[in-house]
Amino acid sequence: MENDLGLWVIPLAILGGAIRVSTPFLFVSLGEVLTERSGRINLGLEGTLVFGAMSGYAIAYLTGSPWLGVLAAALGGAFFGLTHGLICSLPRVNDIAVGIAIMILGMGLAFYFGKPYVQPVAPDLPSINFGWWSDVPQVKAALRVNVLFLIGAALAFGMWWMFRATKVGLIVRVVGDSTDAARAMGLRPALIRTLATAAGGAFAGVGGAYLSLFYPGSWNEGISSGQGLMAVALVIFARWNPIACFGAALLFGGAGALGPTLQSVGISEGYYLFFAAPYVLTLGVLIATSSPSRAMTGAPGELSITK
Amino acid sequence: MPITPFSRRGFLKGTAALASATALPQIATAAAHSPMTVGFIYVGPKDDFGYNQAHAEGAAAVKAMDGVVVVEEENVAETTDVQNSMESMINFDSAKLLFPTSFGYFNPHVLEVAPRHPDVRFQHAAGLWTDGMPTNVGSYFGYIGMGQYLNGITAGHATTTKKIGFVAAKPIPQVLLNINSFLLGARQVDPEITCQVIFTGEWSLAVKEAEATNALADAGCDVITCHVDGPKVVMETAAGRDCFVCGYHADQSPLAPEKYLTGAEWNWAGVYTGMVQTMLDGGTIGNFVRGGLADGFIKMSPLGPAVSDASRAQFESVKAEIMAGGFAAIKGPLNDNSGAALLSAGEALVENDIALESMDYLVEGVIGSTS
Repeated sequence: MENDLGLWVIPLAILGGAIRVSTPFLFVSLGEVLTERSGRINLGLEGTLVFGAMSGYAIAYLTGSPWLGVLAAALGGAFFGLTHGLICSLPRVNDIAVGIAIMILGMGLAFYFGKPYVQPVAPDLPSINFGWWSDVPQVKAALRVNVLFLIGAALAFGMWWMFRATKVGLIVRVVGDSTDAARAMGLRPALIRTLATAAGGAFAGVGGAYLSLFYPGSWNEGISSGQGLMAVALVIFARWNPIACFGAALLFGGAGALGPTLQSVGISEGYYLFFAAPYVLTLGVLIATSSPSRAMTGAPGELSITK
Repeated sequence: MPITPFSRRGFLKGTAALASATALPQIATAAAHSPMTVGFIYVGPKDDFGYNQAHAEGAAAVKAMDGVVVVEEENVAETTDVQNSMESMINFDSAKLLFPTSFGYFNPHVLEVAPRHPDVRFQHAAGLWTDGMPTNVGSYFGYIGMGQYLNGITAGHATTTKKIGFVAAKPIPQVLLNINSFLLGARQVDPEITCQVIFTGEWSLAVKEAEATNALADAGCDVITCHVDGPKVVMETAAGRDCFVCGYHADQSPLAPEKYLTGAEWNWAGVYTGMVQTMLDGGTIGNFVRGGLADGFIKMSPLGPAVSDASRAQFESVKAEIMAGGFAAIKGPLNDNSGAALLSAGEALVENDIALESMDYLVEGVIGSTS
């Protein structure tokens, strides 16, 4: 048979999977990095992701433009982030509890408003073929890269640079590390945190739009299988570093492709075990990078889980 | 891993309790000629282009009947959640007939709730009612494997790589029968065809289904079908990879009009209205009901534009044989895919053979494993 790549299919599928599946993880975790660096946790991003998937799909279907869908998803996400940020600005409000409430609210609203959009077919986001040089269809398919993936990658590096070298980055970091120091500098921590949370929500909304508008590319109530929650965990895994988030998202995407691919090359026994690969990998990396002598490096000082 | 962090049934119970508290005086007067309440419970959204939509179309037909009120609940997990849903439909909506439609609802959930409500009828899709189970429980299903066999015939004509693909949820007997039937149908066209199967492990996992479809396309499969709750993702992804598709559960031709060959669909509208009418007339529904193409339990999607004349002719002639009754897709000589003999020449398992409902093997030519 032509185009039989044998076991080469496995690394190729992992690469393809990394590119296809990682984008929602990437956007949600970047949003969460921004939020947590400002000293707040938003566990509601799973709900924001689902709402973004729904609103993006609905608007793309109604207007015929997937980019308007992405914009709507970002605005919807920003709204949820803003809500979370404002509620958490009130005294003695626990951001974890509010986050869980926001998650459930986001999913509930998405299911409610999304009902009429399960059936229609919305236009997909465009992708760029980086596989034009190859005659092998598997390579071409693996290298069909969505524009949002590239934007996400650029954002990761941009955010890393922002935290490192810009005034905005410094302000977010100061607010996240010490409320007292920020106040002494004349900053308004509550305002900055709220804005950071809103921006983080917008990122998560875009991640949702990727799910419904590109891969898998349809809206239904089971569209997110917990990617939003996993991405929040990825932030800790990536030690609040945007570039590490990019790597972690790629790792998760690639590991997720392992289960189906191994079955397709005939390694079919024990596929439930292969499906657990991303989680086993997480545990392994966390254990390998743990340190008995230091506290969590990179953790913002004002975070309610590390305080 | 589907996440259901909130309890819809808790909310339902709360509101139902409120409603009944305010409506107490009416209940006493309305008891004489109240319509019969029929409850439908779905494991996913009822417009999923798939399993749940097929049942919901049946429920919609029941809704149009006189003297019947239909209550529905979607996205009910195959856990104690479904027991609570059934209990609240019985206690708060006075349901007399329940259709908990998902496979995993049956054992233990339906079997646990049914003895507590001997005056309520439980009709379960796909379950296997056997003697000794509560008599107010019935199980019904259709021989949809025959539909996958017909799918396989169109797939056999359409494939050029001689490799066809199947995205499957879990290795339960109904799924295995569909996989085996799909391959055996294709092998009626060309005995060298193989079928690659990928199990996703869950009934509804959009990203994993898309990954599985891509893996099949990467492995060279050029016709793909599936047995998951909502085939929408598989159909769209496969068509995007330039593969032909065969539908399942409901008509998915609008999702891939050029690539859709045909599809094996449920036809619950006729079945459900018949069962409800039996109850209204005071009759009893059989505890074990099965039916196929000829009985109107299943139907085939109209053939798509990519189906060749030769394919159409063979499809129609085999369909006529199935309609005539006594057709066997699973017949000897037949080995499983590890080489062990299953049936010897002359042996055959006709579509209504009960042995098919405990199938635990993949036949020779299917690449995959049940565990």
